[in-house]
Amino acid sequence: MSSTKYETVIGLEVHVELHTKSKIFCGCSTEFGAPPNTHTCPICLGHPGVLPVLNRQAVDYAMKAAMALNCTIADVSKFDRKNYFYPDSPKAYQISQYDQPIGENGWIDIEVDGQTKRIGITRLHLEEDAGKLTHVDGGFASLVDFNRVGTPLVEIVSEPDISSPEEAKAYLEKLRAIMQYCEVSDVKMEEGSMRCDANISIRPVGQKEFGTRAELKNMNSFRGVQRGLEYEEYRQAEILDDGGKVVQETRRWDEAAGKTLSMRSKEEAHDYRYFPDPDLVRLHIDEAWKERIRATIPELPDARQARYTSEYGLPSYDAGVITSSKPLADFFEDSLNYTKDAKAVSNWIMGDLLGYLNSTGLELPALKITGRGLGEMIGLIEKGTISSKIAKTVFKEMLESGKLPQQIVEEKGLVQISDEGAIKTIVEQVVAANPQSVEDFKAGKQKAIGFLVGQVMKESKGKANPALVNKLLAEILSQ
Amino acid sequence: MSLFNHTLQELHNKLHAKELSVQELVDQSFQVIAERDERIGAFLTLNEEEARNTARRLDDKLASGQPRGLLFGLPAGIKDNIVTEGLRTTCGSQFLANFNPVYDATVTRKLREADAVTLGKLNMDEFAMGGSNENSSFRPVRNPWDLDRVPGGSSGGSAAAVAAGEAYFTLGSDTGGSIRQPASYCGVVGLKPTYGLVSRFGLVAFASSLDQIGPLTKNVEDSAYVLQAIAGHDHMDSTSANVDIPDYLSALTGDVRGLRIAVPKEYMGEGVDPAVKEKILAALKVLEDLGAVWEEVSLPHTEYAVATYYLLASSEASSNLARFDGVRYGTRADHAGSLIDLYHESRSKGFGPEVKRRIMLGTYALSSGYYDAYYLKAQKARTLIKQDFDNVFENYDIIIGPTAPTTAFKLGSQVDDPLTMYLNDILTIPVSLAGVPAISVPCGLADGLPVGLQIIGKAFDESTVLRVAHAYEQNTEHHKLQPKL
Repeated sequence: MSSTKYETVIGLEVHVELHTKSKIFCGCSTEFGAPPNTHTCPICLGHPGVLPVLNRQAVDYAMKAAMALNCTIADVSKFDRKNYFYPDSPKAYQISQYDQPIGENGWIDIEVDGQTKRIGITRLHLEEDAGKLTHVDGGFASLVDFNRVGTPLVEIVSEPDISSPEEAKAYLEKLRAIMQYCEVSDVKMEEGSMRCDANISIRPVGQKEFGTRAELKNMNSFRGVQRGLEYEEYRQAEILDDGGKVVQETRRWDEAAGKTLSMRSKEEAHDYRYFPDPDLVRLHIDEAWKERIRATIPELPDARQARYTSEYGLPSYDAGVITSSKPLADFFEDSLNYTKDAKAVSNWIMGDLLGYLNSTGLELPALKITGRGLGEMIGLIEKGTISSKIAKTVFKEMLESGKLPQQIVEEKGLVQISDEGAIKTIVEQVVAANPQSVEDFKAGKQKAIGFLVGQVMKESKGKANPALVNKLLAEILSQ
Repeated sequence: MSLFNHTLQELHNKLHAKELSVQELVDQSFQVIAERDERIGAFLTLNEEEARNTARRLDDKLASGQPRGLLFGLPAGIKDNIVTEGLRTTCGSQFLANFNPVYDATVTRKLREADAVTLGKLNMDEFAMGGSNENSSFRPVRNPWDLDRVPGGSSGGSAAAVAAGEAYFTLGSDTGGSIRQPASYCGVVGLKPTYGLVSRFGLVAFASSLDQIGPLTKNVEDSAYVLQAIAGHDHMDSTSANVDIPDYLSALTGDVRGLRIAVPKEYMGEGVDPAVKEKILAALKVLEDLGAVWEEVSLPHTEYAVATYYLLASSEASSNLARFDGVRYGTRADHAGSLIDLYHESRSKGFGPEVKRRIMLGTYALSSGYYDAYYLKAQKARTLIKQDFDNVFENYDIIIGPTAPTTAFKLGSQVDDPLTMYLNDILTIPVSLAGVPAISVPCGLADGLPVGLQIIGKAFDESTVLRVAHAYEQNTEHHKLQPKL
């Protein structure tokens, strides 16, 4: 925050869709993107007389997620009805968990500006998703698609331990990474498989009591979360600076307008009339079940980051970036099956690969390049088959075609010239054609050699072995 | 004589001997319905064409000697809160006046698999809320014993249809007495099984933690047959118990020697009509003569049962009935100006006064700030009521008392007094809260109206309930009495 008068208190409520094959209380598919209302049945449509039956896979995934977030897993958990009328909810209640969630009292560590901070997780509970409403232009009708209704969700509620929008973003990124590592969700904010609401308040520095909070909704990207929170910090600070009072309310982030707008006040808040769902029995989770799930938890991002620094000597920052995404970390490890040079792999990922992803907005799994491709390419550089410069061309080709480097090199004739005689001929030609530069060099201008090297590379179409070029140039010029 | 005065076993013998066809049985049903149901009002929807087709198919099956289901050829009626694919299911409500389910309830499927013939759907109090059938939003049902009197409720159509000889047996649902009380008023046998014995999948929920489907029949043996056909674990119902289902027929030994009967003093005290009490004492004498012993006991929390029930059942109902919002099926208000108007107008138009009363009561009981004082306290009271039963069953095999404090009352006499109406269930509600099984069997007439004997058993001990009821019935003639129609 620009002002140093206030400190910010943020708590996040994150919904993550679990990618089970079928819905949480019926057998319908959870597949995303099907034609509207094709993945529905009397049960998820809330027809009279239907009953829910809990999908065990959803419980397994929720337990796995909760364990990965260091939560204590309940011995007895139950489901409650959250009653509200809205057309996206066919039963007019959502089956959720009120006072006995699957997991409680967890934490995750985040890193901001090189500092590690622990953020508490209040609870993780399991619930069903709602349908999707589309409001027809002009407001004369609303359409509802029930494909999503009944998709299992976990809601992850943080403690109000987050002190800035940057920390909020770091928390979300870490949460996404952990869910990805656990393979319980594809955690895509754009597709809505990860959604975030925030509670935010500010208070004068040193004050113990929390300020009045606003609940923020409709932030549909990591950037949106950060921007929405930044705006809200600014808005609340302005109110306090003017001697006003922040009103407790729910506000929605308007991405296009770049500001938050009031949705409803505290007085208009729903009374959800939670009560235990009599259609479902209590969930008893014994130690054997917990152990079975615990055994499926893979190495998580923090552990991998630590291993990459200790085992491969990567800078902590690089290791953090690579492990923040499971596909990226897996790509890194896959590359290492084909080369021993972890630092080189890391450099290529941090530079060319992330650069490409950032500039195109694509995700790694959408690309054709493989870890094997990168690993083998580094091997070709080591062997001197290609130069680092040529490798840039090869890498670009791998991104686009997915071909292995050997094939690219052969097809495009990119093999490095390491034949001394052949290079010597080119060097001699270049020296003969550039007397001025030779003069300059002999007069003590070191820069001139760079020009000559460049000319040799140009003449060889980049294929001349740079080390040999340097060596031969030095020899010839000193004659 | 009506074919329906035969037992199921007798009918099956006749069918097997080719003295009778399923078509004749079904013909008789529709003939009696045609003659009587205008006066009785038991059926809301008839399934005549389909039923006659089924009868022909079953006769073919009989002729070709294929294996026959347990309820082979028996004309059955189904309470209208049990869904039947493609057959209108209204729950006695205008809200669903044109609702055709897209799937079958588990019990509907089981009846079909047992080769029963579905005659149609039976009238009931709207969404099973009521004890007189006057809350049906289509028409009241009249008691076959006295057309000026109610048949009881909410399964009034189910009881009247059996008493009037329109259906051979019917299915009802019981939340606080809705099978047993109408069985008592109409002089038939009505069984509420243990909660969880019969699948609720496809039973339109009133109060999910209490609702249970059960049979209404002319005699106890038939009750055992129907129960045998519909009981059992269902993976579509999480509250369905995964227990072994015994052979209920083999339990009907007639032997009650040494049986320890508990008679709660709360069930024989103030508010119970002396004429009813007299019939119960006479029934106890019959069982005593057969070698059973009885003693007075106490179920001390009985007085809290009605209040507990109306808080819990209404709370659950307020949530269960929220899906009737006019968006996807059922009544939808025309030209509603907004979403809120659509909800308000559809529900105002679709629901009757008793349903609205209970939705409001339940919504209030679950509201923030009142939950602890009402819903939560009622849950605790329910636990105490259940413990009352557990305590008695430590020393006794069975509990016996009246099913209802009085015989059937006159239509319209209690409509404006819901609290008095609620007290008709005072002897059936505690049993529902405890989740244990109970049967009502006819035990004679008081002033020409049937009285029901309630026999209450331990959880999942339907065998003992049926054994005692059967032994009593076989040593009396009450179940053979017929209303004059």
